[in-house]
Amino acid sequence: MDFFQLFHDLFFDYTLRTVALGAATLGIVSGALGSFAMLRRQSLLGDAMSHAALPGVVLAFMLTGLKTPLVLMLGATVAGITGILLMVAINRYTRIKEDSALGIVLSVFFGFGLLLLTFLQRNPDARQAGLNKFLFGQAATLLTQDVVTMAIFGGVALLLMLLFWKEFKLLSFDRDFGASLGFPMQWLEILITTLLVIAIVIGLQAVGVVLMSAMVVAPAAAARQWTNRLGWMVAIAAGFGALAGVSGTLISSLGSGLSTGPVIVLCISTIVVISLLFATNRGLFWRWLYQQRNRRKLHAKQVLSNLYLMASQHAEPTHPHAITALKVMGAGERGVRYSLQVLAEEGLVRPAQGDQWALTPAGVDAARALLHNEA
Amino acid sequence: MTITQIEIQLIAAVVAIACALPGVFLVLRRMAMMSDAISHTVLLGIVLSFFVVQTLDSPWLILGATAMGVITVSLVELLSNTKLVKQDAAIGLVFPALFSVAVILISRFARGVHLDVDAVLLGELAFAPFDRLTFFGLDLPRSLVVMGIILLINLIFISLFYKELKLTTFDAGLAAALGFSPTLLHYGLMGLVSITAVGAFDAVGSVLVVALMVTPAAAAYLLTNNLRRMLMLSALIGVISAIGGYWLARGLNANIAGSMATITGVVFLIIFLFAPERGIVAGIRRRARQKLDFAQTMLAIHLLQHENRPEAEAESQVEHLVEHIRWTPAFVEQVVDYAERRGAVRNEQGQLILTDTGRSLARQALVN
Repeated sequence: MDFFQLFHDLFFDYTLRTVALGAATLGIVSGALGSFAMLRRQSLLGDAMSHAALPGVVLAFMLTGLKTPLVLMLGATVAGITGILLMVAINRYTRIKEDSALGIVLSVFFGFGLLLLTFLQRNPDARQAGLNKFLFGQAATLLTQDVVTMAIFGGVALLLMLLFWKEFKLLSFDRDFGASLGFPMQWLEILITTLLVIAIVIGLQAVGVVLMSAMVVAPAAAARQWTNRLGWMVAIAAGFGALAGVSGTLISSLGSGLSTGPVIVLCISTIVVISLLFATNRGLFWRWLYQQRNRRKLHAKQVLSNLYLMASQHAEPTHPHAITALKVMGAGERGVRYSLQVLAEEGLVRPAQGDQWALTPAGVDAARALLHNEA
Repeated sequence: MTITQIEIQLIAAVVAIACALPGVFLVLRRMAMMSDAISHTVLLGIVLSFFVVQTLDSPWLILGATAMGVITVSLVELLSNTKLVKQDAAIGLVFPALFSVAVILISRFARGVHLDVDAVLLGELAFAPFDRLTFFGLDLPRSLVVMGIILLINLIFISLFYKELKLTTFDAGLAAALGFSPTLLHYGLMGLVSITAVGAFDAVGSVLVVALMVTPAAAAYLLTNNLRRMLMLSALIGVISAIGGYWLARGLNANIAGSMATITGVVFLIIFLFAPERGIVAGIRRRARQKLDFAQTMLAIHLLQHENRPEAEAESQVEHLVEHIRWTPAFVEQVVDYAERRGAVRNEQGQLILTDTGRSLARQALVN
């Protein structure tokens, strides 16, 4: 594949450029706002909201007869917010827990949307064609008009996020403290959730209902691994979202039968896996490496003290002992030889004849210090 | 009703019961969103098993998809056990990724096969009766047989392990201490959810699986404290939604799954508002009564304090309460009326007299 050609297309091919811009916009907005959702343990809210938006889209069309992105996005936003309010009510006034409230709103709203959509489809009104792209998302059909609407909505959402940065930070990390300072925490909660709904609504048309939830969770989850600072996290998440959007668009343009939405989700999932494994400080790979090193270090110490304990039965502490004897002394059979070699490199033990090992004078001192510390 | 109509309703009812039973445990164990994840990822299981067996009718497909459901659960747990992400984020990471893989595999390698994403998400119950098979000499719709068997498996599992499920659901620590393995039962339950999701989403689509698992169970949770009754109620609510949904869909000429989900929502809303003890209306009435009860006690204490004293006559005037306890005149009227009806006070021309009942009420409140 000619990468130069690919990048040429990215800038000069109308369809590809439009789709890539749309995907990048959605990645930036959902990445940034998804960070707050994740910190507030509301990652699955994105999932519920993207499903709950469907009846809003259909109802907006039924009421106005229009299919302009602005009208449909407004409808979706209203439905999403209604869903959230219902969830909050279920949570607050009954003993039903958050997860069930999410499931109820998600499935019932989506089912209702489906009812309306199929009702429209089976009754003779041809204008509804194309509404179902909100279900599965068809990034390839994005038009400049759509991308402009997405950019305006997303820009406003990001601007509000920056304006209320301090308050949102407080809300995410210490809600009660914020309330005690006199901030209207409930209103801030409603505001930030509304912004999240906007982020989701922007993406629905591009990647569809199911996959939109990934765009809320994944960039934030990946970014969280790289930093402990909120500002960096939001910026990195937005960057990851944009990267996944653009690279997903490019990859899906390469092969037939690769719809853009799922490819974007796989791109962001890859970024998540890499971040989980290799992020500085938190990465699982580094953690594993650190554990291995620690284990070896402990093992070597154990072998050293075993050797010393056996040698102390004899007149001189540098008396050699067989490796088979060391293996039965509690350090475990495996790795004894390796540990001895490590110790030999440090000059603490030396090989004697017949697969036997002895402490060096430096080794005797080290073992004494070790046992002394432990006692 | 034609035979086809009856068959569709029968399938819908069986699906509803099969979903409602494991759903109760999902709701009680706070794992409702796991049904969302599983009902999506079983698609990947179906696609992968399809590549192996090359037919859509094999029972291996159901087994493969069930395994994928369980794998989803363990992936989520693996991810949240690293402590790098929270459990909800882990669910949100795992299932869209697996679902995406399935969608790509279908669109790239399984074109032309009857396996399309629309049907998976939305389901089309109306066509279910046309896919038939012969079962013990009876000519039955395939999904009725499949769901019937799955319902039977659910019933057997739940009645065999009823005690264990109950214990691990309500007190996992005690269950572990007594020697039951919460993990084993957890995975058994997840397997049950998976196999139900596989069978159901063929007929009704994955989102309706969530609707039928979570909503009736949550509604039943508002009606009873008894697990056995909750299981039965949620099955009943599921069946009502299934039949009601079918007729709504027929009336509107719309998708059956969507309209069943809508009806579960309507039933839930009604129970949410009007449940005898835990409904919103009951709550409002209870709070209003508690407010009056409290005010009545306050009134009784006030009268008791001034009884048989020189100022008693002034203090027990109805009008006096407005300035002394700072109640609004309307509320005073309400409280006095309430207290009179309960026999705590007598109203003699604007003068409130404490009765024996009122006196003991006040004394009791003061002692407490």
